[in-house]
Amino acid sequence: MRLLAYLRSLTARLFRRSKLEDEMNEELRSHIQHRADDLERCGLSRGEAERCARIEFGGEVRFKEESREALGGRFIDTLVQDARYSLRVLRKSPGFTITAVVTLALAIGANAVVFGVLNGLILRPLNVPQEQDLYMIERERGDGMLSYPDYLDVRDRNRSFDGLAAYTLDLAGLDTGDNPVRAWVYEVSGNYFDVLRIQPHLGRLIHASDEHGAGSAPYIVLTYAYWHTHFQDDRRVVGRVVQLNKHPFTIIGVAPPGFYGTLMFFSPDFFVPLVNHGQVSGTTVLGSDFLNKRGTRWVFMSLGHLKAGVAPGRAIADLNAIGSYLEKTYPKDDGHVNFGLASPGFYGNRLGPPLRAFVTGLMLLAALILLAACANLGSLFAARAADRSREVALRLALGAGRTRILRSLLTEALLISLMGGGFGLWGSVALLRGLSVWQPFARFPLNIPVDADANVYGAALVLAVVSGILFGLVPVRQVLRVNPYQIVKAGAAGVTGRRVTARDLLLVAQIAICAVLVTSSMVAVRGLVRSLHSNFGFEPRNAMLMEIDLNMAGYGGDALPAMQQRIIHSMELIPGVESVGLIDETPLFGGGSTALVYTDQTIDLGPAHAVARSQIYSVSPEYFHAAGTILLAGRTFSWHDDENSPRVAVVNREFARKIFGSAAKAMGRYYKRGNGTRLQVVGIVEDGKYAALTEDPRPAMFVPFLQAPSTESSLVVRSKRDPQQLAWAMRNQLLALDAALPAYLSTWDKELDLALFPSRMATLSLGVLGAMGAMLAITGIFAMAAYSVSKRLKEFGIRMALGARRQEILQAALGRACKLLALGSAAGLILGILASQVLASIVYTATPRDPLVLAAVVVAMVLLGLAATWIPAHRALSLDPLALLREE
Amino acid sequence: MSSQAQLLPGTLDLLILKAVSLGPLHGYGVLLRIGQISGQALLIEQGALYPALFRLVRQGVLKASWGVSENNRRAKFYELTALGRKRLREEADGWNRLAAAMGAALAAHPEEV
Repeated sequence: MRLLAYLRSLTARLFRRSKLEDEMNEELRSHIQHRADDLERCGLSRGEAERCARIEFGGEVRFKEESREALGGRFIDTLVQDARYSLRVLRKSPGFTITAVVTLALAIGANAVVFGVLNGLILRPLNVPQEQDLYMIERERGDGMLSYPDYLDVRDRNRSFDGLAAYTLDLAGLDTGDNPVRAWVYEVSGNYFDVLRIQPHLGRLIHASDEHGAGSAPYIVLTYAYWHTHFQDDRRVVGRVVQLNKHPFTIIGVAPPGFYGTLMFFSPDFFVPLVNHGQVSGTTVLGSDFLNKRGTRWVFMSLGHLKAGVAPGRAIADLNAIGSYLEKTYPKDDGHVNFGLASPGFYGNRLGPPLRAFVTGLMLLAALILLAACANLGSLFAARAADRSREVALRLALGAGRTRILRSLLTEALLISLMGGGFGLWGSVALLRGLSVWQPFARFPLNIPVDADANVYGAALVLAVVSGILFGLVPVRQVLRVNPYQIVKAGAAGVTGRRVTARDLLLVAQIAICAVLVTSSMVAVRGLVRSLHSNFGFEPRNAMLMEIDLNMAGYGGDALPAMQQRIIHSMELIPGVESVGLIDETPLFGGGSTALVYTDQTIDLGPAHAVARSQIYSVSPEYFHAAGTILLAGRTFSWHDDENSPRVAVVNREFARKIFGSAAKAMGRYYKRGNGTRLQVVGIVEDGKYAALTEDPRPAMFVPFLQAPSTESSLVVRSKRDPQQLAWAMRNQLLALDAALPAYLSTWDKELDLALFPSRMATLSLGVLGAMGAMLAITGIFAMAAYSVSKRLKEFGIRMALGARRQEILQAALGRACKLLALGSAAGLILGILASQVLASIVYTATPRDPLVLAAVVVAMVLLGLAATWIPAHRALSLDPLALLREE
Repeated sequence: MSSQAQLLPGTLDLLILKAVSLGPLHGYGVLLRIGQISGQALLIEQGALYPALFRLVRQGVLKASWGVSENNRRAKFYELTALGRKRLREEADGWNRLAAAMGAALAAHPEEV
């Protein structure tokens, strides 16, 4: 009954607001008229009577306010009113509004971006059904490579997996009738799609029943994305025969959209059966049969769902039992292994934990940034509330309730936070979209599925509201304590706290963090700049790379070295070319191949007896010259170092030192490889960087490509010609030799992007964080300085009137803020220098002991302090003591 | 000692109900009636009357309609609803019990204890 009446009144209030308002006004007017009538009868004039009646009535605004409250439907009413009022107030102080909105936009935007990444990468990494019990097998931590026969044994002997699938990555040449193109391929076991429970979008997928031995299943399943971009969504593609590395393959289906394979970041173009590995990888043309070699571990990953009720621990025990069986049965090929299980998306424990830790750390950092931003905005709001204490007091005196005033302050805070959140979200959605389609490497199909979804929008909204309430509540105590009578009479109380407050500590911490970030980003930038000019063991400038895989055009056997020589000679004919070299895989691209090295005296060539693991490269005679690798002693190769002549090698200085003791001792000596080959050292070259820029010197050996054939060939063409013209000329030369050979061309400088990627990313994220930190420090100092200035305005006015100099006023106004800034900066600088030791592992040649860096940090912090205190200082100095004293 | 007494919190509603129960009244009339029936002993802030009136209307114990006053001015007249009459009875009983109890308590002499 009551509820009904309330609801009726509420709806009436909402829909007939103005009518009710009119009625109320009329009723109150009528009251005053009646009273005036009475007073008039007592002998007052009409005007006098009305005035008296109005005075007797009391605070009309307050009673109206209370009446509206009594009428119900206040909430939305008040909200609209408060919002309107707040907008008006905010428009009056654009500097404050913009500072607050930008601060929040950055802080909330940062949170939304990091949350988007967390959401895309950690919360739902692989887009496959029942992902939570999908595991990959690790042979050792961070390495899941198995040989194919071992995979088959593990697949058939385990009792823990609901089917065990395997796949490996490869690059192949696809010819659909036009020019052949290079494409990234997943070679998958027949049961791959069934184990993952993937249904086709079109046609059918590969099944275990397709496998009938090596090369028996020449089928292709396209990814949805590749079908979309390269086949224009043509549904008739199923059944079409295409050429893969010159072998006919039939397209049998298209995988569903949103399935990018089972490795994060790397999305293949299509899937082919693992049993056709020979044709896809080109091992067939070299005469080796990888499907039957138990000692060669090349199957990238084995994965499957654990059976219902099987705990990971039991599955590991099961796997290790198979491992000891393999060790016993095949002692020549299989050593002792300790199997492990890991989540497959980030290649087990190699990428997963560090990435998860990184993103979680980022999330924490972003949350901290937002918290600190809220604290700063809280101070800023408190400063404003102090400035407005007269206004608040007036409103209180005119009959506004305290709750009402608090509510309007909170509305103001929420308006700001929603605006900030809106801008932040807008920016972060754009950034996430950019990240999703980002292709930093020309030759890798990178896939970062972090597009913003409902989760991200929800998170941003919640963050905005929570932070609005957080910083909006800071001035509450202040408002509750306001005594309107005191303030209207005497002006804002000039209390100046001298003790160290939590807010001071927070500010020092913020400045310190900001200084740490600024220091580390400067260190990183300097390191990055220096590493671009450091010694890689080759000269990337003025060199063009052409990467081809001769297997894509079916070269093998004797035809392979002949074709490689023809290509080298044809490149040498291009005008302006100084030298041309060939290497199977350029250093600093991926990890390169490695091989175990044994001393010449070693008889038992088991893995335990090796003296070192060395990088191994197969190169042409002219490679060292073309690459700019300096020969320290001996000779390089000649065209006579072919398969009929003794096996020779050129090694780097580290190899010589590690195996033979010194470069001088190494010349002319012999060593052995795991396959029993005995090699003589004929030359020694300088050390270089092979797997990563930050690595310690590691041994490397170079062998003649005529003695160690490889279909993968990178041509290094050294020339001072314009890269574009040179690339065009090189492509034409290749076309003239074989039109069906796809090639990838780029300058060597550009190829180094991959190696420099981690340090670039580190520098970029440190820069972004540094900017965030600077923004926080600025708003923090600004809020504090503004607060202290506005609290002591009266004092400054008196001091100026008494003849204080500007300098003294400034010192009084900003001394504390500057002291905190100096303290925080010093602490941050020291911490930053310590933290930079860690940086050195990511950014090559990063060192904090660099006068330029130190100077730059100091300058940055001073500039930051200037920017933050400019407005408050200006305000303190431009005081007009007369006006101020009169007003107060 | 002042001849006027401060209103106890919560008693305004009861006074309004009583005043209106004697016949429909407009706001100013309610004030006059309370003054009259209390012998001018109770002081009510004029403006404070209206929030209370609106609250009572919303609670459904009063109903209001526009009419013309004895001064020939437009005014809003209030009268009791059935619910209002019931409320008045209950609250008056409650008040009387309280007043009697308070009176007895304050009239107690030491020898009675």
